Amino acid sequence: MTPDQLAERVGARYPDVLTSRGETTAIVDRGGLLDALMWLREDAELAFDFLSSVTATDRPQQQLRFWVAYELYSTVHKHRLRVKVGVAEDDARVPTVSFLFPTANWHERETYDFFGITFDGHPDLTRILLPDDWEGFPLRKDYGLGGVGTQYTDGKVMPPIDERLDW
Amino acid sequence: MTETRDTYDELQSQGHELRKETMIINMGPQHPSTHGVLRLLLELDGETVVSCRPIIGYLHTGIEKNTEPRTWTQGITYITRADYLSPFFNELAYCLAVERLLGIEAPPRAQTIRMILNELNRISSHLVWVATGGLELGAVSMMVFGFREREMILSLYEEITGLRMNHAFIRIGGLVMDLPPRGVKKIRSFMKTMAERLDEYDRVLRRNPIWIERNQGVGILTADRALELGVTGPPLRAAGVAKDVRRDEPYLGYETYDFEVPVREESDCYARYEIRMAEMRESLKIVEQALDRLEPGEVMVSDHKVRWPAELEVGPDGIGNSEAYVRHIMEESMEALIHHFKMVTEGVSVPAGEVYQAVESPRGELGFYVVSDGEFRPYRVKIRDPSFVNLQAVPGMLEGGLVADAIASIASLDPVMGGVDR
Repeated sequence: MTPDQLAERVGARYPDVLTSRGETTAIVDRGGLLDALMWLREDAELAFDFLSSVTATDRPQQQLRFWVAYELYSTVHKHRLRVKVGVAEDDARVPTVSFLFPTANWHERETYDFFGITFDGHPDLTRILLPDDWEGFPLRKDYGLGGVGTQYTDGKVMPPIDERLDW
Repeated sequence: MTETRDTYDELQSQGHELRKETMIINMGPQHPSTHGVLRLLLELDGETVVSCRPIIGYLHTGIEKNTEPRTWTQGITYITRADYLSPFFNELAYCLAVERLLGIEAPPRAQTIRMILNELNRISSHLVWVATGGLELGAVSMMVFGFREREMILSLYEEITGLRMNHAFIRIGGLVMDLPPRGVKKIRSFMKTMAERLDEYDRVLRRNPIWIERNQGVGILTADRALELGVTGPPLRAAGVAKDVRRDEPYLGYETYDFEVPVREESDCYARYEIRMAEMRESLKIVEQALDRLEPGEVMVSDHKVRWPAELEVGPDGIGNSEAYVRHIMEESMEALIHHFKMVTEGVSVPAGEVYQAVESPRGELGFYVVSDGEFRPYRVKIRDPSFVNLQAVPGMLEGGLVADAIASIASLDPVMGGVDR
């Protein structure tokens, strides 16, 4: 299906659908996420049977701070769809999809590792790339990059890169 | 008398008390057969792997985080270092993603050169695989052969980009610069040698009894299991699923090229070996066609809001600004200097939006999920690295097999830890 046809087909059930740059994005509620993925996988015309990636984006200014994005692909119809779920900071929990798509296991661990989003029902939600005793969640926007300023011979100091920017 | 399992059973039947507990062994993170710093926590019952837990993260360098405070162009310097055996694929996927956000397309010559570099990169990456994989299973000459030919490709890179690894040669909107004058001739002469050398590898490995013994029927990963685990690339195609991003969602105009997607049904390490050998031949075919199609022209978009404001050339110490260009901005044109300054410090402004761009790297589907909020730097760059996802298949392939087969199985997935840990 072309992105527009996809948007129409998916939009009939999940009205919050956006098509941009040849890609379709559907925004669903956290409660309806599993239903949505199940339907997208089982529907013969859509047949999204392959989960490419799970990740998140941090948007501190928004009320729903974290946006978890699922990149779906159909090996039958060769089309793609992105499903997004927004969660608030004080309730950063999303149900796991690892029993629908076992590949999500590590993707969700990575998202937890970097953003601190809890995936409810995940069989083994531990840090994956960072050490187990790491503090903080590095891909959050309020987590600094660290680094040392640059000292010039005239006494001026240029601060490290993340202190020069404001998000 | 050699002590085998039968002996133990016999002794036990005679009433001897035997210790039956399993043993936990850490394989890695420093282990020559794990292709970098992969650590496997193995539970062994004698020589049999009972359970396996891969532990990763020893090479995590925060590439995704590091791109966020820097300009879009600086990001290329970081992402090319993720999967260090296939730097051109990282650059390509990132640049294609940013170009889609910008709504631009690189000129045809740039696209063709990108394809040539990528397919050469596929060969050099598979060569490392066949070399190290061969070494691990006892085919030591293969190690020498593989690295010998890879060296030729690295020299080509050096000639073209000025660097042997981490080139940052593919840029947003095209390439850093055109091929050097003798570039095409050198690539052609390399291809002639390479085609002969591939036959040589076949003579070394294809009917080699040890190679067959160590690979055939080892490390089975069926199509269903591979798909649900998100495995892509040669391990998936060795299980009979012809999923190749170049064919399914063409980029760079792959749909107009004549090439096969090799597929095998056996799902074992030997099938993966055959696939990679066949892919190298297909890559040679693609490079051949691309060289024939190479037309003179620009290698960078003409839009001055995107184009890197420099004329680079390879000097004796690598890429540098051409003298003529430096003279132009420093002595002749104030506007050119201001423009240069703006582009270098601030860079490209990318409209808000998000894209997921996949390319077929030597290890499978390499995806870049790039989010922009309309700024001069990326808001979020996520690298969906195929090595990371493919590694999830390791426990299933190892459990129930012998420790010695673990080496063959892991080698057949060809994980690169730079990509896994990013």
